[in-house]
Amino acid sequence: MNRKSLLSTVIAIASTAIAIASGVLVLAGYFFAQKADGQTSLLKDIRLTLLNWAIILAGFAIFIGILSLFQVHFKKIQKKQKGSVYSLLLIISLVATFLFGLVKPGQVEIVFTTVQLPVEASLMALLTVTLIYASTRLLRRRLNLLSIIFLVTALLILLGTAPLPFLGDLPGFSDRVRPFIAQVMAVAGARGILLGVALGTLTTGLRILFGADRPYGGNK
Amino acid sequence: MSIWLGLAGFGIVFFSAALMLGLLLLHRKTPSVFRDIPALTRLRQAVGLVVEDGSRLHISLGRGALTTPQSASALAGLALLRRLADLTSAGDQPPIVTSGDATLAILSQDTLQAAAKFSELAAFDPTAGRLTGLTPFSYAAGAIPAIRDENVSANILMGNFGVEVALLTDAVERENTFVLAGSDNLTAQAVIYACAQEPLIGEEIYAAGAYVESGPLHTASLAVQDILRWLIIAVILVGALLTLAGVL
Repeated sequence: MNRKSLLSTVIAIASTAIAIASGVLVLAGYFFAQKADGQTSLLKDIRLTLLNWAIILAGFAIFIGILSLFQVHFKKIQKKQKGSVYSLLLIISLVATFLFGLVKPGQVEIVFTTVQLPVEASLMALLTVTLIYASTRLLRRRLNLLSIIFLVTALLILLGTAPLPFLGDLPGFSDRVRPFIAQVMAVAGARGILLGVALGTLTTGLRILFGADRPYGGNK
Repeated sequence: MSIWLGLAGFGIVFFSAALMLGLLLLHRKTPSVFRDIPALTRLRQAVGLVVEDGSRLHISLGRGALTTPQSASALAGLALLRRLADLTSAGDQPPIVTSGDATLAILSQDTLQAAAKFSELAAFDPTAGRLTGLTPFSYAAGAIPAIRDENVSANILMGNFGVEVALLTDAVERENTFVLAGSDNLTAQAVIYACAQEPLIGEEIYAAGAYVESGPLHTASLAVQDILRWLIIAVILVGALLTLAGVL
């Protein structure tokens, strides 16, 4: 084993040990936040310290992420790839917003309220059309009982939620059908799905604590 | 959190961990049998096609920040990415990974680098793991060019999404490529069911690792999920019966 591979092995072992130890300490700090006499335990303080460090690191990660975004689009312009005009626009906007933030730090939110928000609102509007179009294609893609139930439920909820032109609320839909579907059937189904998601979250966390999944050090 | 509640929580986690290790030892002796999830069966076929036709795989990890509980689905996506990067390492091009959180973008780069290092076939390209935006719609808008312009033939959307996932599935549909999508978010699951070619519902996203043979602990964790689910069902039924009987 040469020196380089020995060093990378040591780094991988150390990063795994640090990650597992941090995970166990945070978990223990969450469960044993109080001593028997009701006072705050040392584990809770350690958990909060580690979480604060994680938040600082996440903030720094945003900076690295933006540099990576810059690199991706710069490379695209250099290679004159398809859509490089948009990459150029992105870089100009990025630099302009950064400079504006440096020159007028108190007014940088203007960029978000006048540019970002309207653009995102228009994308939300586009989403409405996309969803209607996708729903019409659903039966063509998967013609089965579940798809039919899905579409009929969506239609009943719409009829119970939005008043029809000239007719107003349909009797029975907004006061009986919609509440029954939304508050009884949907809640029961949602609880089942959420329990499954919670169990999945638990086992994913355990795999990371065991060091079987190591997204930080690269497991073989 | 009271000390008793803390102890109960710790007990559940400890029991699950012990069960997982026990099942890990058992599964080494007996082969596992999985129920058929058509989406995950088609995923393997799609990955095979990616290698054969020299196109790329695109994996989107959503925007669940690592410091929030929503990160678990993205971590499951990263585990899947690690396995798929291995499976596609014989192909011409490495997978592209997009995400809406900076820490996830860094972890995806690290995962791709590890895959390149261990396979010794594919070269590592740091721009293959990218942050595409920090707000839901900017993330989706940034990921669309990756779906459209980079010779992608299979897309996996796995992580924490909101309704913006419909923009991604629509872009995939326009390119007429494969898409498998799953999320831990209920609203996104409904959207995915309506829009995606191969949806994963509920906890199926956490089962993906076991289905692509990511390792024995993935199989054991899937069995733990099943056992715990049956235990919860039993507790709910007993609770309902006791309530009916007037005991609770």
